[in-house]
Formats: sequence, structure tokens, C-alpha cells
Amino acid sequence: MYPESFSYHAPSTLDEALGLLAQHGDDAKLLAGGHSLLPAMKLRLSTPAHLVDLKGLRGQLQYIRDEGDTIAVGALSTHHQIHTSELLGSRAPLLAETAGHIGDMQVRNVGTLGGSLAHADPAGDFPAAILAAEADLVLQGAGGQRTVAATDFFQGFFETAAEPGEILIEVRVPVQKGGSSYQKFYHPASGYAICGVAAVIEGTNGTVSRCRVGVTGVSDAGYRATAVERALEGQTFSAELAASAAEQAAAGVDPLEDPFASADYRSHLARVHTRRALTAAWERN
Amino acid sequence: MDKVSVTLTVNGQSYSREVEPRTLLVHLIREGLGLTGTHVGCDTSSCGSCTVIVDGLAVKSCTLLAVQADGSEITTVEGLASNGELHPIQEGFWEMHGLQCGFCTPGFLMASLQLLERNPDPSEEEIRHELEGNYCRCTGYHNIVRAIRYAADKLSAAEAVAGD
Repeated sequence: MYPESFSYHAPSTLDEALGLLAQHGDDAKLLAGGHSLLPAMKLRLSTPAHLVDLKGLRGQLQYIRDEGDTIAVGALSTHHQIHTSELLGSRAPLLAETAGHIGDMQVRNVGTLGGSLAHADPAGDFPAAILAAEADLVLQGAGGQRTVAATDFFQGFFETAAEPGEILIEVRVPVQKGGSSYQKFYHPASGYAICGVAAVIEGTNGTVSRCRVGVTGVSDAGYRATAVERALEGQTFSAELAASAAEQAAAGVDPLEDPFASADYRSHLARVHTRRALTAAWERN
Repeated sequence: MDKVSVTLTVNGQSYSREVEPRTLLVHLIREGLGLTGTHVGCDTSSCGSCTVIVDGLAVKSCTLLAVQADGSEITTVEGLASNGELHPIQEGFWEMHGLQCGFCTPGFLMASLQLLERNPDPSEEEIRHELEGNYCRCTGYHNIVRAIRYAADKLSAAEAVAGD
């Protein structure tokens, strides 16, 4: 299989890339690692007339930097770089752990954080971690930069807050306080998340002071399970509490349904994996 | 559509070709360069038969445009043996019967190369995890795991001798 014909562009600066997006509008697509876009193009689900390859921007957008309270991750950082980053492993381990669950070794070598988030596959892994970590996403447009909170970024099926002509350039991850865990139920063939739950819990003397839960795979977009968070905060942690809070994991959500997993089954998986993520995160707190 | 010029160093040899931008790296390697050891299996970035090493990274060459690899150094299965001597990973697959039909083998060899480079002494579990991106439809995976352990032992023995 091969994609439909397109014109290929390889800008060497961000301005050049933004200029190409402005010039070609809806006819242009950005290519980062290409491990979501190229399969879609080979199936002719996506047929851009202009492909703007960002490989020339790796020097600018491939980094993992310590900025004090925040770890700044360049959008072209690969899943492998994130998974094996000592900086992330020690200061924002949820992101590093989650990256290790994506695809396989070869896919992690090429796929990028920015590409994955901008693609916004409802079964992608990163949305869960980005939401639970309360990361911010930096979008660069012709008129300047703006920052969007993770909770505002994922808007629906393959839909994000990025406007046409904008490029996701950086993800800003707050230094993690407390323990975290990502629990995933893999589709047995594709390895995508049927359900993935990322949890961060902070607390002292047995009491939960702060809890954040991000869920992917269950709805048309990643979401924060705020009812679960509220049920835990201020309470004394116990296995029973985690189990009862996890009952709210799919509350208010319209679960996806496909031949592999019914809506009921997906909701069930969300509850089970939320309980596991909460328990594991608390143990690491 | 306008063709683009792609220059690659494959197994130490430099090649330049004019290709359509949509040409996949695996097609350039097989049809453009005549190196047919790299296979196309699923063609959907699942099975790993098309795995080659690009600038030190094991990648699925059915999911990379040739033009994305412009200027890179590539190793394919043809580049593993040297001076008529099989690479220890190849020898492991031979000795441990790590293949039956052999279709998936080039991809397994190249992925194993990356695995052992990152983790020279992998456990069985680590081997199985790191090779999740490669499918074998006939032998099962037991002998493939043994083949890679064979190669790990042989490579570390060679390293110990070199270090003496």
C-alpha cells in the first residue's frame, strides 16, 4: 500500500513551517514521526495534497529540559526518548511510564509526543497522562504563542483545541508530587488502549490531599475523572475507598462502542483500571 | 508530482535515487536498491518484517517515507554478516532453530540488534517485551528467545575477550 500523491515540503525553521500551513490551509498536513499519519494515508483515510515534514525542526523541538517547577518537553521528542529520560523518570515519572506502553520498540523509536497529542486518537495513551499530570500545551501560530491546559486541549474524536495554522511545539509538565501509575488494557492485536487510566495521588499520614485521574480509550476524547478525584481528596486512603471511588470512572461519559468492546465493557474496564491505577499510585506516594 | 532526490548510505554503500515523495522506504530498499532481504508483511506497521536500522534506530520501513530517511545511514539484514561470517544474532537463529519459514526473520534479526545494543544481557521477559513489534506465524517465539540469548552470550564472551 502507498499513499496518494502529494507535494513534499521540508521546512528548516518554524516560521517556514507556519508559512506553508498558511499558504496551503486544509490541503496541508504536518508530518512528525508519521506513525499515525502514514498508516492513515496508506489506507487513503487521509489524502493531504501537501505534506510538511518537520524533521528539519528536530534541532529546535526535540528536547527534555528542566525548568524548575516544570519539565519542558519539545513536541518532536520520541516516545523512546521520553520513556528513557532520567529527568522525566525522576521528576515526572507518569509521562515516562506511559510512553513505555505505546506501540512497540520500533514505533517508540519514531513516534513523537507532539504528533501523538495533535492526532488525538481516542485510543492513544498520552492523553491520560497529560490530563492527570495537568500539563500545558504550547501552540505556535503565525500571530504568536498560546498555552492551552490539557483539559481544554482534547475536544473530541481526533479533534483538539489547535486552530488551523497552529503547530503544537511544546508540552509543559509540572514536576510531579506524589505517586503515579498508568494502567492499560491493550487491544490484543493493535496494542492500542481499549482503556488506559493514569493516576497521580499525593498525601500524608494516610490522607489523600490531591488526586488527578486521566482516562483514555473510553470516550471520544481523553477526560479527567473528576468524580473519582473528589471522592478521594480529603479522605483516608484504603483499598475499599479506591474501589468505591473508581465506580465513578466513567460517570457522565458516553463510552465508545466497537466490535471488540461494548460500552458496558469499556465502562467496566475504566472502573477496574482506575482502581488499579489509584492503588498503585498510592503505593508509590 | 515532482520527484525528490534521496541519498542514502545502505550497508556502507552510498545510493542516490529520484523517487516520488510517497515512496515508502521499504519499497526504495527492495525495488530501488534491489535489497530484497527486507520484507513487507502486514504493511500496517504491526508485524515488524520490514524492520531496518536507520541512524541507529530500529524502524518499520513500511511506515517511513524514503524521503524522511534522506541523508541517513541504514543497515539492512544484508549488512549483518561480515567477511562471510554470520553475525552472532544470525548464528543464534541458526543454532537455536529460531525460524521455520523465515519470512519474519530479517525483521527479528534487525530488532534483536537494537535490543542487544540497549540491553546486552536481557531476561526472557525483556526479550519478549522488546520484540512485541515483531510477529512470527510459524515457530512460535520460544526458539527466537533462545536464539537471542545465544547471541547475547556470544557477544558478551567476545566483549570479554576483546577487553582482556
